[in-house]
Amino acid sequence: MTLDQLPTGASARIVSVAWDTLVPEEGQRLCALGIEEGAEVRLAYRGVFLARDPIAIEIGRMTVALRRVHACAMTVEPQMAPVA
Amino acid sequence: MTRQAMVAALVGNPNAGKSALFNALTGARQKIANYPGVTVERKSGRMLLPTGEPVELVDLPGSYSLHPSSPDEEVTRDVLMGRMAGQATPDVLVIVLDASNLEQHLVFAQELIELGRPVVVALNMVDLAERDGLVLDPAALASALGVPVIPTVAVRRRGLAELTAAVAALRDRAEEAPPVHRPHVTAPERRMLARQIARGAILSETAQHRIHAQLDRVLLHPWLGPPVLVALLFLVFQAVFSWAKPLQDGLDGAFSGLGDLARSELPVSLLRDFLTDGVIAGVGAVVVFLPQILILFFFILTMEATGYMARAAFLMDRAMAGVGLSGRSFIPLLSSFACAVPGIMATRSIADPKDRLTTILIAPLMTCSARLPVYTVIIAAFVPDRQVLPGVGQQGLVLLGLYVFGVLGAMGAALLLRRTVTKGQASGFIMEMPKYQLPTVKDLALGLWQRAYVFLRRAGTMIFAVTVVLWLLLNFPRAADPQDQVNASVAGHIANGLAVVIEPIGFNRDIALALIPAMAAREVAVSALATTYAVGESDDAAQGRALGAQLKSHWSLATALAFLAWFVFAPQCMSTIAVTRRETNGWAWPAFMLAYLFGLAYVAAGITYWLAVAAGLG
Repeated sequence: MTLDQLPTGASARIVSVAWDTLVPEEGQRLCALGIEEGAEVRLAYRGVFLARDPIAIEIGRMTVALRRVHACAMTVEPQMAPVA
Repeated sequence: MTRQAMVAALVGNPNAGKSALFNALTGARQKIANYPGVTVERKSGRMLLPTGEPVELVDLPGSYSLHPSSPDEEVTRDVLMGRMAGQATPDVLVIVLDASNLEQHLVFAQELIELGRPVVVALNMVDLAERDGLVLDPAALASALGVPVIPTVAVRRRGLAELTAAVAALRDRAEEAPPVHRPHVTAPERRMLARQIARGAILSETAQHRIHAQLDRVLLHPWLGPPVLVALLFLVFQAVFSWAKPLQDGLDGAFSGLGDLARSELPVSLLRDFLTDGVIAGVGAVVVFLPQILILFFFILTMEATGYMARAAFLMDRAMAGVGLSGRSFIPLLSSFACAVPGIMATRSIADPKDRLTTILIAPLMTCSARLPVYTVIIAAFVPDRQVLPGVGQQGLVLLGLYVFGVLGAMGAALLLRRTVTKGQASGFIMEMPKYQLPTVKDLALGLWQRAYVFLRRAGTMIFAVTVVLWLLLNFPRAADPQDQVNASVAGHIANGLAVVIEPIGFNRDIALALIPAMAAREVAVSALATTYAVGESDDAAQGRALGAQLKSHWSLATALAFLAWFVFAPQCMSTIAVTRRETNGWAWPAFMLAYLFGLAYVAAGITYWLAVAAGLG
């Protein structure tokens, strides 16, 4: 499953990232933000109206907006949903 | 001399609260310039140590690492490495960390500490962290990092004395001990360490960022978010038009009172006319727009300081992607509503060069505050002041329409540019959303004061000079018959030549006369029209008449509408051209910008005029 397929509100751990499919600078930016293999993220918001783009993910105490193309490059492993 | 003074640098991730800390430490003693050869803003100021000794404090652009992925980050690296010409290598580094985002910010912090320079860490925004239920132990952090850690709340001025004391202590130590070289570790190791250190510094942690998440649940909601954004923008534009009115009327009254006073007290002479028609009418016509400009900047600065601007970028990303841009372009474009110059400078945060160039080229289409004087005068003169709906005036609606017209023009231009001159791969959008924060009155006031100062300095220097030159060109050589002064003057001859070109789009000689000096800045058009009509009138009563009434008696409605359409597109601003040249490193793109925008302006004004005439408004 890739990150863009994760249901809104669900958490997951990033298992692998297809870095070669990303623009190098953008890959570097994602790394700098800690969005890389092993990171635990939560898909917090999806884009306006019916568009599924962009998405906002929570990583640690930070919220980061990114596009679906980036999310598609990330294979994730869904985590157990925390008790709300 | 300052050569001897110590240099300290503020450095850290974006959104660590560096600018707020910089403002708090330096107050109004700031200097904003550019680094030589690059287009990155250099902010420096004087910080006082507890001993009263001054230190030069440099605010470095926010960075994620010393391996740059943007021009901003390159500057940070070059200054830190002592490779930036004209910038002394900082003696002391103040690393700014967001207390509630330690895991993230400690990665870059470790890289900075490894440089082996004297370092103090400002653990900033500890209040926000506590609000979110995160209590930290600065002592644990200090021992893990091996450097002093001072908790601060820049916006509430907490921890500043302790921070300056720590800088002073470091300086004293730096003088005796040589720099320590620390072991170098790899990036993944740093990230792991960052996680460990961050966890180790937490005293207690409860539910995560509640206020933050609740606000985002509404403001980023797929259906609620966009209407909130539109409502907010509508509020801004209504406020600009209606709140400013009483202040503007006051300033207007003061200037016409001053003009009347000069007219009655001074003997009839060319000098008196110069003072009343040239200086007071010209400069006054521009200064009255200060309230509107400040209200607009107030909203933009507030949106930036609260963190809402990044949410707006998120909401707008989809729409911007439709024309080949990204949500990142939204912030420079929104700033361009205030002024295209800071807007174009803000494009530096766009990593993709094609994306950035496109944003620069369309930024002048956003209705900047300098157009407000022009729009306001024309709208007030030609659009009846009626309420369409309760609280919604017809004049405000027309103004909003002009803004929308500019935005649509920009979108169309972006679409075309991205398919032709700036063709390339679609750009991405990766952006950190800062935490919501209440802005402080002091930071807002400082920001507004800087804008007001720039505007008034322009009114006092360039606009004043242009007005004086125009008055001289209008008054010499003197005509035998006072009724024909404009036609006989040098300016009249130039304008008569230009009028041939712009007559097809409904512009008259007076407009030609206003457009030439308005190349310097758009708002000069208003003062130029005021000067022209004041000079053209022979008797004192007519000269004192408001510009609006003058326009109404000289222009048709079709001409007025065409004039508005012209100003939506025309790139009449020397500062914008200059900043475009600087940001694109050459004359090619500013020349292109001038050509395409003047072309658009001519066509838009023409179509407006012909349609209006066909509709019987000519």
